[in-house]
Amino acid sequence: MNKKQMKNPRNAYGEKLVELGEKNKDIVVLDADLSKSTKTIMFAKEFPNRFFEMGIAEANMISTAAGLASCGKIPFASTFAVFATGRVYDQIRMDLAYSQSNVKIFATHGGISVGKDGASHQMIEDIALMRALPNMTVLAPSDATQTSKIVELMADHVGPMYARVGRANAPILYEPEYMETLELGKGMIVEEGDDVSIIACGTMVDTALDAQRRLKKKKISAKIIDMHTIKPLDEKLVLKCAKETGHIITVEEHSVIGGLGAAVAETLAEQSRNPVGFYRMGIRDHFCESGDPADLLKKYKLDPTAITKTAEKLVSD
Amino acid sequence: MESLDENTLKKLEILAVDIRKHIVEMLYKAKSGHPGGSLSAVDALVTLYHTIMKQNPKKPNDPNRDRFILSKGHAAPALYSVLAEQGYFSKKELNRLRRVNCMLQGHPVCLYTPGIEASTGSLGHGLSFANGVALAGRLDKKTYHVYVMLGDGETDEGQVWEAAAAASHYRLGNVIAMIDRNFLQIDGNTEDVLQLENVADRWEAFGWHVLEIDGHDINEIYDAFHEAKAITNKPSMIVLNTVKGKGVSYMENNVDFHGVPPNEMEYNIAMEELDLMKEKLGASA
Repeated sequence: MNKKQMKNPRNAYGEKLVELGEKNKDIVVLDADLSKSTKTIMFAKEFPNRFFEMGIAEANMISTAAGLASCGKIPFASTFAVFATGRVYDQIRMDLAYSQSNVKIFATHGGISVGKDGASHQMIEDIALMRALPNMTVLAPSDATQTSKIVELMADHVGPMYARVGRANAPILYEPEYMETLELGKGMIVEEGDDVSIIACGTMVDTALDAQRRLKKKKISAKIIDMHTIKPLDEKLVLKCAKETGHIITVEEHSVIGGLGAAVAETLAEQSRNPVGFYRMGIRDHFCESGDPADLLKKYKLDPTAITKTAEKLVSD
Repeated sequence: MESLDENTLKKLEILAVDIRKHIVEMLYKAKSGHPGGSLSAVDALVTLYHTIMKQNPKKPNDPNRDRFILSKGHAAPALYSVLAEQGYFSKKELNRLRRVNCMLQGHPVCLYTPGIEASTGSLGHGLSFANGVALAGRLDKKTYHVYVMLGDGETDEGQVWEAAAAASHYRLGNVIAMIDRNFLQIDGNTEDVLQLENVADRWEAFGWHVLEIDGHDINEIYDAFHEAKAITNKPSMIVLNTVKGKGVSYMENNVDFHGVPPNEMEYNIAMEELDLMKEKLGASA
């Protein structure tokens, strides 16, 4: 790959909201005093009467979004992942999931690479919380192009959905044409391989691709899966990976409890007919700390080096 | 504005007794549920549905309808009874409250029951939901009103005050809220549990138009709704001074009947009392 072109998925979200807002008057957007960070400000500038600044009052934001949805609006509610899930779990549970409300929560600043703000702002349980809710779709797009497509699909799909992206600028992994066939609930095989499958989501897809190139030099062929939809999980693809490679690693900027790794583990334990060497990479049941994102990802073994080592070990065992 | 005529008033008073009978019957049969806060809410609900709201049981999804949201979801038996009397579903359903495969869940669910706008039961959400409905109405240039009933104990919840601030900030004149001010919550008197007074002052301080009335006087309730509807530049709060367990002597002001149904003896006494009340109003039991 040539020098990576970068684009922040948050910007892709903001731009897509404006595009959708032009086409569909039912799209409304709510934010809780973070519109400059979540990029909903782009929509706010274009469509001020369809943008609702809710202040630092996330619970009210979620239930208000449900009220708007009950009248046929398609609300996107945004804030940081910590505040968009854990803080408002009960509102999401009652007003969105239980009621099958057509509200889309789009969270930014998911995972640990928000960096220096520390563990208070590093959300590593959001996917677990949202996965546990009946009726909820859970998404973690990996780059700006995919984010754009996923936001479009979120607007089309009826029902409650949760999507999270990170804070950081991210390499562009995909051309828009490549996204035409993207379906929610269908993982993408980004690289084919025979020895090990690395199933990643969100920010970790690019990291997994780096590891894949390093493994190639060591004669280990890694299949790379971009599992943008964590729920409903593409179980077929997981089982295919088990069958074809016999080794699976999951990688996510999230706790290993309840997230992508757990979802894959559940599928393998219940359904795989093939014995599988398996390891979940992620935050292993602890809070993290302040620090430069790159330093944090290195310390908590979410960098290409750690993935490469894990794959080597798994394949040789 | 004209006051309620004598005939309508009498009709509503009798209907309110019928609703109370439904509630006692339902909870007795279900062997669970919340009588106290259901009985205190009856008169406001009857007045609202029968004289104020623009709604049609045959068109429960009419985009122009007025909405009612029961934020204090545990008073579901009162709302279910009013909806059944309106014709949203058969009165026979009331006998199946809280049973498996029944549309009438312990707390309201919008997906299961015609006429239920929001799923409630976890306290503190309803006003926020109402604000969302009101904002949608403004965007769509609809003239509907959104009515929402909160419990007094419910206003312990912080989200209620987030919503109170938002309704005021957005000048949601189409939001008309009520507090069922019966002074009791599970652990005791509201003033001992977590002081709420002065309720009216609090809401006024948040920028609301506040009315305080006897929540069992149908004439006063009727007038209050009309006054609130005339206020268009800010949300209105009607503080309904009520008696928990209203209409059944041993349940009145008795916190023990917050979430406990009547036993057989209590059921018989309640029904006798309510029948007597109907006779006094000139109707047959």
